[in-house]
Amino acid sequence: MALGGGERRIRTCTARWIAAGFFVFGILLAIFDAPHYIARLLPDTIGAPMSSLVSVIESKFPYRLGLDIQGGTHLVYRADTNAVSAEERDAAMEALRDVIERRVNLFGVAEPVVQIEKSRDDMRLIVELAGVRDTSAAIALIGETPYLEFREERPLETQTAIAEAQKKGERMDEDPMFVPTALTGRFIKRADIDFEPTTFQPLVSLELTDEGGKIFAEITKNNIGKRLAIYLDGAPISIPVVNEAIDGGRAQITGNFTPEEARDFAGRLNAGALPVPISLMSQQSVEASLGRDSLNRSVRAGVIGFFAVAAFMILWYRLPGVIAVLALLLYVAITLAIFKLIPVTLTIAGIAGLILSIGMAVDANILIFERMKEELRQGRGLEEAIREGFARAWTSIRDSNVSSILTSLILYWLGTSVVQGFALTLGIGILVSMFSAISVTRTLLLAVLTRRLQHMRALFLSGLAGAR
Amino acid sequence: MNVIRYKHLFLGFSGVLVIVSIAVLVLWGLRPGIDFTGGSFMEAEFSGDRPAIEEIRAALDPLDIGTIILQPTGNAGVILRFRHVDEQMHQEILQALKAMPGNDKGIAEKRFDAIGPTIGAELRARALWAIALTIAVIVLYVAWAFRRISKPVASWKYGAVTIVALVHDLAVPAGAFAAFGHFWGTEIDVLFITALLTILGFSVHDTIVVFDRIRENLRKLRKGESYAETVNRSINETFVRSVLTSCTVLLVLAIVFFLGGASTRDFTLALIIGITMGTYSSIFVASPLLVLWEDLTKKR
Repeated sequence: MALGGGERRIRTCTARWIAAGFFVFGILLAIFDAPHYIARLLPDTIGAPMSSLVSVIESKFPYRLGLDIQGGTHLVYRADTNAVSAEERDAAMEALRDVIERRVNLFGVAEPVVQIEKSRDDMRLIVELAGVRDTSAAIALIGETPYLEFREERPLETQTAIAEAQKKGERMDEDPMFVPTALTGRFIKRADIDFEPTTFQPLVSLELTDEGGKIFAEITKNNIGKRLAIYLDGAPISIPVVNEAIDGGRAQITGNFTPEEARDFAGRLNAGALPVPISLMSQQSVEASLGRDSLNRSVRAGVIGFFAVAAFMILWYRLPGVIAVLALLLYVAITLAIFKLIPVTLTIAGIAGLILSIGMAVDANILIFERMKEELRQGRGLEEAIREGFARAWTSIRDSNVSSILTSLILYWLGTSVVQGFALTLGIGILVSMFSAISVTRTLLLAVLTRRLQHMRALFLSGLAGAR
Repeated sequence: MNVIRYKHLFLGFSGVLVIVSIAVLVLWGLRPGIDFTGGSFMEAEFSGDRPAIEEIRAALDPLDIGTIILQPTGNAGVILRFRHVDEQMHQEILQALKAMPGNDKGIAEKRFDAIGPTIGAELRARALWAIALTIAVIVLYVAWAFRRISKPVASWKYGAVTIVALVHDLAVPAGAFAAFGHFWGTEIDVLFITALLTILGFSVHDTIVVFDRIRENLRKLRKGESYAETVNRSINETFVRSVLTSCTVLLVLAIVFFLGGASTRDFTLALIIGITMGTYSSIFVASPLLVLWEDLTKKR
């Protein structure tokens, strides 16, 4: 018995050190999670020197807020890749993404997201613009990007055939003169304004990529003496006659440009000629004030929810309830820190998931405490009851949480961005809560165990059971 | 409390509830929102007084958009729902609203969604997949987690009973939303599907806690205790925990429901209904079904 007592004292002692560690950890996390609020809580003598730390944390590790909170636009474009061969599709999409990214950057959006999404039937481009006030200007800007293509003359028979048909009102959507080639704006490396050396007429010179140069050489070789049309957004801007095969990957467009037009055109081509045409499939825009309003409501609901759960736990479980609430505080601190570190994009649904997880996080505690009370009722000593309570509750905590984790994994895997936000916060919440409800609560409980407390069993029984 | 003794009563009640829910679902169906059908949703706020709904309708009439569902919101706001339109038409609608007679103070657009029909169809398919996949994975998991108990009831039966409880927990909120849709035009969106999947996870979570106790009690079986008695004892031993956990979860949900934004209100309502059903079913449906199944097998 003496040995057992000694062992227990060491354990309690270790538990206290770990518990102290949890407290320090919790305070550090709180500073990390909400530096601004913590600094305001402190007296000026400590708060003032902290201000540099506050600004570092806030600039390096901000919360990443979703479009539905900070306001912004979510756009889905369909990319028409029919003209591109299957092998080249990925490259074309990547080029498209780069071009749109450059365009969007010109617009000055903080952290634009431009992503390729493969769907069963077609390729898509997702564009997320946070904090854009004028959505329609942004859409115009993205769509405006020129689509440049080179078209070669059709054989004479086909030209007349189509012209004949069009007189009868058939084949109206076909161009009777020209047929598109493989050469499009995708193969432009660089565009510059230049001047014709003899006439000083402004022109736009193009430097093509290696692949583009080869295609251009091929096209010019096959069309010597014929016309090659350069189309911009479906309209011809220049129709030069090919005099010789052109190697070396350079081409010139001599439209009837004024110097300003040529400069502007070259600039737009540099910012990006779209390698494949795109069309807007869906847009979702939220105005910033509406988002802020939703955020305030959600945060308030979260805070009140936390206090409600805390009050409930303390009233029902007394001392263990207090400890569970401390563990819950640490749970919230850890979860928020993870949100900042990964970083997780917080949406309204995601915050709802977090609040829901506060309710669910105490479930493990409830399981453990109920079990503890059963053991106490069977006449076990307090410490033994605590250890047994944890040991026996473990299997049901494990099995039940695995099913919830599986659900959030599937939600994340199959969901859209809104659903993914919810799934991620719920999943992280479940994992963290297993740690906080089990390890943290157990350590804290063992740490507060003193000889005197051992005799105050009423502190450990719930309201109803104690009255019985 | 003797749940098992009155199992026919509880199971009967649940049976009726599920049949009514499914009947409502089949009869009225869920009303899919633009997430699933494609379409447009616009929320705008007039800076001055809100014109009458009829005036707004008249102002938009020349644009030939088709059916527009108009709904006032807040003090000076209005929500419009119509078919999927392109950006040009969107701007024309805004212009038409701005140019309305008597609206000299302008209009602020708070939210605009225009979802193409293809995306809607895709989301619908994905939602169904997600539900089917979750059910399959969870049933396999339950069967696996309870693989060691085979007497007197085979482990796969625990998995099967979990499905029945799941169907029960999903059918009731789905039926409720079909009824809401029928009477108040409530539409279901992606978040509703998310709510269903969350209910699914929670329901199993709850059922597993009770099953876990049955598993434990079977291992150290008391002398002369029948399976029905063991199950009943397990239910009673976990009863307080089941109710308390649901209480804390329902507590936070109720707070989000009343204080949270409008965008998550239907979502939390679905969760509230589903989680209440999930707790009910883990106590009064899943475990009694195990006993009923055992009884039927024995009789044969």
